[in-house]
Amino acid sequence: MTVAWTRKDLLGLRDMSREEIELILDTAASFKEISTRSIKKVPTLRGRTVVNFFFEPSTRTRASFEIAEKRLSADTLNFSSSGSSMEKGETLLDTAKNIEALKVDLIVMRHSASGAPHRLAQHIRPGIINAGDGTNEHPTQALLDMLTLMENKGRIEGLHVVFVGDILHSRVARSNIWGLTKLGARVTVCGPKTLLPVEVEKLGVRMCTDVDEVIADADAITLLRIQLERQQEPFFPSLREYTKTFGINRDRLKRAKPDLLIMHPGPINRGVELSDDVANGPFSVILDQVTNGIAVRMAVLYLLSGAIAKERNEDVDPIASDPGR
Amino acid sequence: MSEEKKILDQEGIDRALARISHEILEKNKGTAGLAVIGIQTRGAILARRFQKAITDIEKGRIPVGILDITLYRDDLSEIGAQPEVRGTEIKFDIHEKKVILVDDVLFTGRTIRCALDALVDFGRPATIQLAALIDRGHRELPIRADYVGKNIPTSREEEVVVRLQETDGKDEVIVRRKMP
Repeated sequence: MTVAWTRKDLLGLRDMSREEIELILDTAASFKEISTRSIKKVPTLRGRTVVNFFFEPSTRTRASFEIAEKRLSADTLNFSSSGSSMEKGETLLDTAKNIEALKVDLIVMRHSASGAPHRLAQHIRPGIINAGDGTNEHPTQALLDMLTLMENKGRIEGLHVVFVGDILHSRVARSNIWGLTKLGARVTVCGPKTLLPVEVEKLGVRMCTDVDEVIADADAITLLRIQLERQQEPFFPSLREYTKTFGINRDRLKRAKPDLLIMHPGPINRGVELSDDVANGPFSVILDQVTNGIAVRMAVLYLLSGAIAKERNEDVDPIASDPGR
Repeated sequence: MSEEKKILDQEGIDRALARISHEILEKNKGTAGLAVIGIQTRGAILARRFQKAITDIEKGRIPVGILDITLYRDDLSEIGAQPEVRGTEIKFDIHEKKVILVDDVLFTGRTIRCALDALVDFGRPATIQLAALIDRGHRELPIRADYVGKNIPTSREEEVVVRLQETDGKDEVIVRRKMP
């Protein structure tokens, strides 16, 4: 192994090195086996407390983190903004400081504001895992996408990965772009011009508005949901027209490579970005993604908790860091 | 460079493994219900060699598994960056099996303690027996081996290095002063 993990936070793939990403993927691959045992649990994080701090609705990410935490024997606590003191006017930082005072080790956090976890990480001691911040990043989703690619293709270097849909509001696409380009994949983003970020090409990505043009050359296509909740104004005439122009169905895939992978971070709007027969069809690895999500999150929790323990030991044990000992 | 003392060469290792294989068969009265599980990394290699050696002596099929004990370590909160997790691979049911647990060097016994914890998470074996190529003493826990290739008295300032063809290009066991 070439790198040792030293970060206490996982905020995004943007500032991570290729080696760090590969370390997470390798570790995650080893963690998969635990979920196939009859006793799906190892004692690794016994005595550690993890808080799941979700300010935005989430089902699968939150469930996946909670399962990952429990399979590592951590104690878990769930906070959501509704029903908490946030509704009574407490600031985010105050809430986080209060959670820190409860002596937790790790905070898994989702927030609608881009950069919220980055800001908290500067002010509190527990490690922070970004479970999605606004339209910025969703690193564990991108990591599980990469693990799924790795498993099915044996490599990431040289693959052509296409993202179709609402790229502009997609933190999943953004994290994937950072990660995939670092690992040497070719990335194309495709969608209505109004939903493609300006200057996205500066990230080393190809832009395209005709989905039929890229299908034949794609090794994997990730469909992104049209996030109506983030669209204050209309970005295209109608969902029906969107489906007609960009929706993936069996007909469109006739020209695809035989080993194409169809991926989706969920939740799927069936019949909009993806037809029923493709979602359930042979190209689809959508449920593999869900399974891999647990292993990736276990790997991240494992690696971060090591760095946190190190920091804590250096604080309380002056002898341990004394080179004369 | 500190001086190295060769404790076992390739023939020595082969003879030790052959003798232990006979002892395993004698104690367990054949291959029925036997399973071999090696601890990552060199214990896993030795486990495969035991499987071959035992089935060369007596007919029968013995399943082999690989155990990674990293996630069961009692010092994870003491050491710095997390050790690499190489993965566990036990593709058979260990329930009611006579499990031969294999490691290259038996030292403090803490690795074996982890392995026992890990194994019982997979089921309830009839017995767990421990085979180690080298026993170097300095136990910190009440653990002993059922089969030992060679006992080597060592000081704590020394380290025992087991090299195997599959990972290191040659078979040998050496003792040397611990690198600072």
